[in-house]
Amino acid sequence: MESQVSTFKTKKGLAQMLKGGVIMDVVTAEHAKIAEDAGAVAVMALERVPADIRADGGVARMSDPELIIQIMESVSIPVMAKARIGHFVEAQILEALEVDYIDESEVLTPADEEYHINKHAFKTPFVCGCRNLGEALRRIGEGAAMIRTKGEAGTGDVVEAVRHARTVLGEINQLVNMPEEELMTFAKNIGAPYELVMETRQLGRLPVVNFAAGGIATPADAALMMQLGVDGVFVGSGIFKSGDPAKRAAAIVKAVAHYDNPQILAEVSRNLGEPMVGRNVMDLAENERLAERGW
Amino acid sequence: MVGVLALQGSFLEHLKMLRQIGVDVREVRLPEQLENLDGLIIPGGESTTIGKLAVDFGLLEPLREFGKERAIWGTCAGAILLSKDARRDQPLLELMDITVERNAFGRQIASFEIDLEIPALKEVSNEDAPFHGVFIRAPLIDSVSGKAKVLASLPDGRIVAARQGHLLATAFHPELTDDDRVHRYFINMVIEKLAS
Repeated sequence: MESQVSTFKTKKGLAQMLKGGVIMDVVTAEHAKIAEDAGAVAVMALERVPADIRADGGVARMSDPELIIQIMESVSIPVMAKARIGHFVEAQILEALEVDYIDESEVLTPADEEYHINKHAFKTPFVCGCRNLGEALRRIGEGAAMIRTKGEAGTGDVVEAVRHARTVLGEINQLVNMPEEELMTFAKNIGAPYELVMETRQLGRLPVVNFAAGGIATPADAALMMQLGVDGVFVGSGIFKSGDPAKRAAAIVKAVAHYDNPQILAEVSRNLGEPMVGRNVMDLAENERLAERGW
Repeated sequence: MVGVLALQGSFLEHLKMLRQIGVDVREVRLPEQLENLDGLIIPGGESTTIGKLAVDFGLLEPLREFGKERAIWGTCAGAILLSKDARRDQPLLELMDITVERNAFGRQIASFEIDLEIPALKEVSNEDAPFHGVFIRAPLIDSVSGKAKVLASLPDGRIVAARQGHLLATAFHPELTDDDRVHRYFINMVIEKLAS
């Protein structure tokens, strides 16, 4: 048999290899090295972390390929990069750069307010954000090989990450215990492909790996998300907007590996220096909420 | 009872496969969890992450000692950790006389699936079917020396599985398939080592 390259199994498989790990936002090659040395399983290469995107305002786009290449050359772990929702040409460029994963991300300004990228058309796997089961299964239907709950990026406030993870996992519980005759209406109500609803019911979990993102700033936040039942975490602004990024990054990696061991969590949480300042999600205006982006 | 190193990576997939073939399992995150285990699997994942956590939680030396007495199987990242040389400065167990090249096929876009001939699997199954190899940012075993033997190669001859007595390294991921033959082969190795 000939070898088959970039199958859905290998796309989904890379995310399976990232489970139990921490994916960190980095804006320079130097940051990427710090993240790798701290034990990150992958880095997300971008020009500005979400907290700065919030502060700066304006249109947030794909990062400069030069920066992404520098980061790819500096580390041996997988490198992810973000494309705007619906911006399939940014995704084509990221694929041409051979990034390991593309994040079709609500953190950037959406390029299309109706349609997401047809991710089946790419060899590079995609991760997409979700707030609930329907959104997760629509993205998987479009070809996403990994899901992350959105949370509210760039806030350092974990409340939305918790809300979205509880929503997705709660809906899966509901689905698993639902009488057969309710399934089609459930699929209709959450706006998800029926076949993926059935697969999720049968598996008792999402058909692809599901990380948490958006607002995770401490080892305790990361372990909280793991105990709620996600497969791993993304930490964006939480590391490089804190007082001692290397130390905090290593502590969050350890907290995810030992998420159900409070003794170790207590140990790794000591003396981490200043956390990122953060913004309460409650204080954000409607139009400042990034998680609302996605259809 | 067989342990699966559960610091990071595809450990749940290995645990599930072992349970399916009737093996008692334990997750291993700390040195004391190695006690009384008959064998250990080191799963796929990021070898730098697993290596760092193994160092931070005092597992490196206990794992080396364990590997002298008991069977260990490493898949992908696990194979890298078993090797004596990964041509890069990172923590390794250095238990097997193999050198590996990380990400030998390139980046994720080059990840692939291919059917492999693994003659040794006849030990656990009468079927002659090839084994479906899933390679994800996979390493290659670029040389075996000493007592290490090649178990499987790609059609072009490059080595993707090796065994050295009670130690097994595969560059691919049997835990991502429904085929339990490599897992059963490893359990035979565990039993052989216990009997020796």
